[in-house]
Formats: sequence, structure tokens, C-alpha cells
Amino acid sequence: MTATIEPEVGKSRLRKEDARLITGRTRWTDNLTLPGLLHMAILRSPMAHARITNVDTSAAKDMSGVVAVFTGADLAGEQGSLPCAWPITEDMKSPNAPSIAVDRVNFAGEAVAVVIARSAYEAADALEAIDVDYDDLPVVLDMAAAVEDGADLVHEELGTNKNATWIFDSGEAETGGDVEQAIADSEVVIERTYRQQRLIPAFMEPRSVMCDPTGEQFTLWSATQIPHILRFLIAAQLSVPEHKVRVIAPDVGGGFGGKLQVTPEEFLVFLVARRLGKPVKYTESRSESLLSAHHGRDQIQKMTLSARRDGTVTGLKVELLADMGAYLRLVSPGIPILGAFMYNSIYKFPAYRFVCTNVFTNKTPTDAYRGAGRPEATYAIERMMDELAVEVGMDPMAVREKNWIKHEEFPFTTVAGLTYDSGNYEAATDKAKELFGYDALRTEQRERRERGDSVQLGIGISTFTEMCGLAPSRVLGSLAYGAGGWEHAAIRMLPTGKVEVVTGSSPHGQGHETAWSQIVADQLGVPFEDIEVIHGDTQSSHKGMDTYGSRSLTVGAMAVVKAADKVKEKAAKVAAHMLEAGEDDVEFAAGTFRVRGTGAESAGVSIQDVALAVFAAHDLPDGVEPNLDSEATFDPENFSFPHGTHLCATEVDTETGRVSIRSYVCVDDIGNVVNPMIVEGQVHGGLAQGIAQALFEEAVHDESGTLTTGTLADYLVPSAADLPSFTTDRTETPATSNVLGVKGVGEAGTIASTPAVVNAVVDAVRHFGVNDIQMPCTPMRVWHAIHTGQTDAGGLGGEAGGGLGSIDSSGGAR
Amino acid sequence: MRITVNVDGTKFTDDVEPRQLLVHYLRERLGKVGTVVGCDTSNCGACTVHLDGHSVKSCSVLAVQADGAEVTTIEGLARDGQLHPVQKAFHDNHALQCGFCTPGMIMQSIDLLADNPDPDEKAVREGLEGNLCRCTGYQNIVRAVRDAAASMKGGAGPEAEQVADVSATAGGSQ
Repeated sequence: MTATIEPEVGKSRLRKEDARLITGRTRWTDNLTLPGLLHMAILRSPMAHARITNVDTSAAKDMSGVVAVFTGADLAGEQGSLPCAWPITEDMKSPNAPSIAVDRVNFAGEAVAVVIARSAYEAADALEAIDVDYDDLPVVLDMAAAVEDGADLVHEELGTNKNATWIFDSGEAETGGDVEQAIADSEVVIERTYRQQRLIPAFMEPRSVMCDPTGEQFTLWSATQIPHILRFLIAAQLSVPEHKVRVIAPDVGGGFGGKLQVTPEEFLVFLVARRLGKPVKYTESRSESLLSAHHGRDQIQKMTLSARRDGTVTGLKVELLADMGAYLRLVSPGIPILGAFMYNSIYKFPAYRFVCTNVFTNKTPTDAYRGAGRPEATYAIERMMDELAVEVGMDPMAVREKNWIKHEEFPFTTVAGLTYDSGNYEAATDKAKELFGYDALRTEQRERRERGDSVQLGIGISTFTEMCGLAPSRVLGSLAYGAGGWEHAAIRMLPTGKVEVVTGSSPHGQGHETAWSQIVADQLGVPFEDIEVIHGDTQSSHKGMDTYGSRSLTVGAMAVVKAADKVKEKAAKVAAHMLEAGEDDVEFAAGTFRVRGTGAESAGVSIQDVALAVFAAHDLPDGVEPNLDSEATFDPENFSFPHGTHLCATEVDTETGRVSIRSYVCVDDIGNVVNPMIVEGQVHGGLAQGIAQALFEEAVHDESGTLTTGTLADYLVPSAADLPSFTTDRTETPATSNVLGVKGVGEAGTIASTPAVVNAVVDAVRHFGVNDIQMPCTPMRVWHAIHTGQTDAGGLGGEAGGGLGSIDSSGGAR
Repeated sequence: MRITVNVDGTKFTDDVEPRQLLVHYLRERLGKVGTVVGCDTSNCGACTVHLDGHSVKSCSVLAVQADGAEVTTIEGLARDGQLHPVQKAFHDNHALQCGFCTPGMIMQSIDLLADNPDPDEKAVREGLEGNLCRCTGYQNIVRAVRDAAASMKGGAGPEAEQVADVSATAGGSQ
């Protein structure tokens, strides 16, 4: 046998996943087909708020290849409601959320009819032949106006546009003082309002779903992050027993929270396939994806920070309005609440209050997008720390350092009630400053400012932390979340000594197959190549909570470790018997059991030997079952708290408003690292998305509620030419909340980078009297800020086409 | 309309609707599902293939326009189990995560290297501007393309995509 001596964990193993992906041997849902497969197309409402008075499908039904046309009325009796799993307050207002509108549409893009046809082309053709009559209703778009008394209502039957108001108060929670008192007593009070523009996850693979109703079970293939949750909720909402549903997430092309959803399209394909008794597939176009798949962010953040003149923070008050859009999707109301515990960030605020009001509007529903709540919190606090630095005349890093938790103070219980297990903000910051050349850039900035250079330099800091590894089930319970936060894994020892690892995590680009193989190779002492990772099918991977919230490694891989422990425990009994020794006299190292104290050269039995002996089962100890296979379910005791220091230098052309990133350095501390190459890739991608929020992306609805950024020509996902090269590095402060010492990295880059960039942009032009520029910091907005000295130039952002400034608010090309 | 197309070395003669997009012809008629559709406005480049040796977005080409042409897709790059140097470079440099943009990225990168065998970082970034990736932040893609350029010096490269019995195509003869 081959014993793996050098640990696999920590190596930059090239990915197992790649072989298929680089050769086109992929199993995206839309690649799959079945005998007699029918194709569904969806007619979507062009109106943001209207009554449906008539739908005429007769001409469509008569077209070539059209098998059926269904309207909301046809499916009303069986479609139930799309689920919301997070009722954040007991009195939360929650409208019925049909997959297909029956008599009213509440956002532009909502389904109003579906065509099922022999081919996708024929289905699309028939959509053109459907006539829908609408009666306009008043369109509710502006959150602030929507919560005023007498506002037009999105959902008349709720009597209000407020979904819920959720409050955390450190005085009431006894985790800190009274914030009003802190503000009243303070020498410095800073108030700012920030806007988190609406974003679109924009995963590269459009969502696709196929349902086969012809077997004993309904089999649903879907481009989803959450096959297990989807199976449960199909059973819960659509009157089908859970054991009659199998969900498969085959290759999934990115998610970023956007596929953490139970979608109208999934329900519709299921309903239609069940009705017709034939397999049906639906694949969205990119335009449909941008229009109707859930959006992210969209909050107004009113911030009040109090401090002493010496820069010591004394209180923080956060008042949010969060746009839910027209309906509550799976975890919509909880997204801003995930930020509630993070506004205080790494700083020792003695008093904190967070109030969030969720608001319904006639826009596409919002839900998780990479970071989910935490980017918003991090943005606001990191912007505020810069404002504090200016107000008290300190260097922005110095003001952070004065207030952050020192490395010797961990574990540290924050004013929001979380206990950060470990961290070292000083070490990450020192490393980042050195890589960045912080002092030299400050000098250059001063020189450019003094000589009135038309290109000004700005330096932005973000010393962030996040809570991830969702989540301890008891905490989710206390937050009224509808499920636990555990994860499951199983390990199967095959007779030939090969290993199958079954995981409840559901990868969609992260590289779990590689990382899990590295972990199991070390745990069981078997070669990396001998391990197969199985996931994403509720039949083979029967139990799981899926992948989101940077939870796979901290929770999912921990379940794998626990399962491996059980395999070793079972194998030890058999190995002792084979070695004719007592179980207590046997030790396991590098894949081999030996009698303790006999040294590495002594005769031993490998775990593969044991697997074969167990398969034969000819000579097992009494009472030992012939099976090494084991499973485990792991529930974390705490969140994990990655942190890092991100530094961004921007050059701002004061004559054009154009921003370019001159250098970006980040030093992240995500605890121990399984595969540095994969980690670096995750950070790169996270940075790209965070930078995109700062500079490029915005989903814009016009005054009638029409999405004007409904193509990738208008919604500016950055290209290679738009982004710089990043300098990434790490410090390693192991997490103490799990034996792997890992913290998670999926969201870190996105959470940290947005404020680093905007701080840098504002820093570059602050001497023009600018203290804020609305995101995305387009050339138009930046120019406007410089030339008008307005503190919030660009207003609330009516225009699309952000980064290139190519389209004005009336929609015409410039 | 009847068309004859050579795709990844195999000749196909088919009747197609005049409106059918090349990408749909490849996926639905020929089962070449390695080439994917990522958008409907020619912005994302996920569907990039080579048409007579030049990269095209196959969502913006009608199947009938490929009549008489050679088409190379991601599935036609590897020869006798040997990956194309650009495929290998993408693997070696962790230039993909979810992998959905990867077929188009690789096809565009080969085209880029055919035009410029030794591109600097800026040239790579600009050469890939029409191909979107949401996972990688592009850094490792840029690295992979430059790595491939180095390994392809001396003609190691794009012949691999040439179709048998056809003289060197415009994009593949560096």
C-alpha cells in the first residue's frame, strides 16, 4: 500500500473537477435530456403592478408542437405558495407567493402563463400568441415612500408595505450599554446615510430545471445550490410525499447565493410535469435570469456613530430599510438580519442598536447574494471609520487600530453578543501595509494633492471580519430560522481499499471534490487519488443542508472528519484482532494500524487491509459487524470569524471622473487552509464581485418598475479588462471552534473589498469637499461629486450602465 | 435548409431551420453540449467556438452560415487523450472554478494566442474582454493564457485543433 506521509492538507492540489470542465464533458442541467422531453417557456409580465383581467391562450394552443398552455388560473389549485423559511418576527407580514400569477402581478418579470411544447423554439413561438389584458395598479418603488402612511400598497391584503421590523439593542440584550445615552454623552457624533444598490448575482450558468414524473419517484434536476432543501420544500409545499421526490444538482455553474432558492420555475416544471405525466425542462434565458431570478442587497443604511475626540468609539446606531421586492423568497427577510451582528465588526463599541424595517416594493424579490447582509454591514462601518478618522484628524488605520480587538483579547464577546474565537488584526494589517507600501503611497498622495495633479490618488482601507460557517442550529432557532445548520457526511470503505465520501454539501464551483479528498487522505491515510466525493443527489447523498454562507468547510468537512473518526474506530477493533493485540494496544498513523511502541518498521495492517478483511468477514472479532462505513452529522458550536486587512489604491481622473485601481492588496486570515490554490481563487473571485459593486454593477428599475439593466450589456459584470491583478496573502490564526481550525473563505473577498474601493475613491477626492459617492462609483457620479462638491453626488442612482457611464437616466446612449 | 458542416473532425449534413443558431445546432442536433449558452445578447462569450479557425460567438451565428465550414468546439481540442496546451494551462493555473465560462474562455484564448503568441497581461485582458467569468476574477485565467503561450512557443500549439485533411486554418497556424 501507499502510505501518505506528507499531509495533503495545505497542498495546492490541482483540482479533480477540472478534467471534465476543460474538455466540455459537462453535465449542466440544460445538457441533459430524456426520451419524449417537453420544453417549457414562460410568458412574463411586462407590468410591475397590475390586475390580470384576461388571458387568451387559444391561439397559442393551436400552434405546431404545443402540447399545453397553462395560466395561473389553471394551476391555482395546486401551486401552493413558494416558501419563506425565515419568519424573522412573530408578526411578520408575508404575502402568498404564487409561482405563477393568478389575478395580479406584483413585479415585472412574474410568470403569467407557460407553454409546453415539443421544442424550446416552438414553446417560445407560442408565447407570442398569448394575449394578456392588464389593468394598471399604482407602482410602489421607493422604500422610504413605501413606509409612509397612506402609501400605495404592493399587497393590499397586508394593509402595509412593511414586512417586519427587527431590532437588536445591546442595552436590552445586556451585551452593552444604551446607545442613545452613548450618543448624548459623546464628543463626536457622525451621521451618514449609505445606499446599498440593488445587485444581481449573475452566476454564469442560467438556471435550468428538468422534471421526470415517469418513474416511481419524481426526479428533478436543477441548477441549484440546495438540492436537499429543495426536495424537502417540494414535499412540504406541493402535496407530494418526500420519499417520492429525488432532487439532483448535477454540474452547477456558479451560484453566489443566487441559486440558494426554491424558484417559481422549479415549482412550475414540477407541477406541469406532474399534470402532463411527461418529462419537462425549462432553461431560462439570461434576460429572464436578470429580470426574475432574485436580486441582492438594496438597502438604505442610516448610520450614527459616536466617539470621543481621541477617536475612541462609544456607540453605534444602525437604522435600515431593506427592499424585499414583491415577495418573500426563501430567506429574504433574514438577509439584512445576517448583517445585524456585524456592524460593530472588529471594533469595541460599548453600545449598539440595530433596527431594520423590511419593505415590499413592486420589484424583483431580493434574497441572498454573496455575503448576504455582511457586505452591507462591513461597507457601512468601514465607511464610517474613515469618516471618524477625518472628523478627529487621525490616520484611518490609526483610528481602526485604536478601536479594534487586540489579539490577546480573544476570545472576545462583542456588543452584538457573538463570541469571536480567534483573530489577529495586527498581524494581518502589518503584512498588508508592508505589501502595499502604505507609507510611500500616503507620501505620493500628499505630493499629488499639493501639486494639483489632475489624477488624484486615494487609499482605501477595509479591516473586516465576518461571521460565517452557517450555523449553530440553536442560534438559527433563536433567530426563528426554519431549519438547522448542521451538515452530514458518510464514508464508505470499498473492498479494494478505495473510499467513497458522501457529503451533504453541494458544490457549484468551489472544488469540494478536491478539498474533501485532501482531508480524507490525511484522516484515513489513503491516497488522494483513491477517494471519490459524491454529492448533489438526494438519492446517493441522502442527507444534507447544502452550500451557502461559507459553510461547506467549517460544517460540511467537519462532518466528513467525524465520519472518518468513526471509520477508524471501527477499523481499530478489526485491526487489533488481525494483529492479535488488544484494541487499546493498537495505534493508527499514516494509514496503518500497528501495535503501539513497535515502531514504523514493524508489521502492521493498513486500513485497506482492514477494508478487505471486513468485506470477506471470515474472521472478525465477536460482535463486530462486517462494515466500516460510517456517517456523521456535525452541528457547529459557533460561527467562524474570518478577518483580514484589504488596502486599495485608486487613481481618480478629476477631469473625467474615471476611477482605476492602481493596486489592491489583501491579507486574509481564514484560519488553517486546506488548499491554498483554491483559497486564492476564491479570494480573487470575491474581490471581483465586491469591486464590481463599488464601481460597476447596479440593477435599475425605471419609474414604471421595468428593469432597465436586463441584459449583460446593461448590467455590468466586469470583464478581464475592467479588473486589476490582486496581491493576496494570508495570516493563519486557527479557528478554535473546529478541529480543522478552518474559518471559510467563500464570501470574504466580496465582503471586504467594496468599502476598500469606495474609501479609496472618496479619499482621492475628499479635498474637493466630497465625503460620499453613491455606488457604483461611475465616472459620471465621481465627476459630479468633484465638480459640485456634493456630499452625495449622483443621488439615489437612476441611471443604468454604471461603470462605463454609457447610458443616461432616460435610457439613451451617449 | 440543408447544410454540411465539419464539426470537430466529423462531417454532418442536416436540414435546419434558417433561424436556428449555430450554438443550438451544435447542442441539440449534434449533442455537442460542451459548448454552452450563457446569455442572449452576445456579451458573455460562453458559446465561443472556432469557425474556420477564428473564434465566433456561436449564439450570434446562424447554423446556415456555417454551411461548408469547419467548426471546432471545446470537445474537439484534445487529441488522442492529449489536452490542448491551453486546456492544460487552465487546469495547471486554477483558471476555472464552476467551469461554465471555461469552454468559451479556452476557445477565445486559443484565438488570442494565434493572433499574438506572446501577449502581455494587458493584451490578454483585452483579448478576453468579450468573455465573462463570475468566479475567478480573471487573475488565474490571465496567468493560464500566458503560461500556455510560453509552453506553445515553437509550434506546440494550435495545430492540435486542426481538423484532419484540412490545411492549416487561419487561427491555427502559428
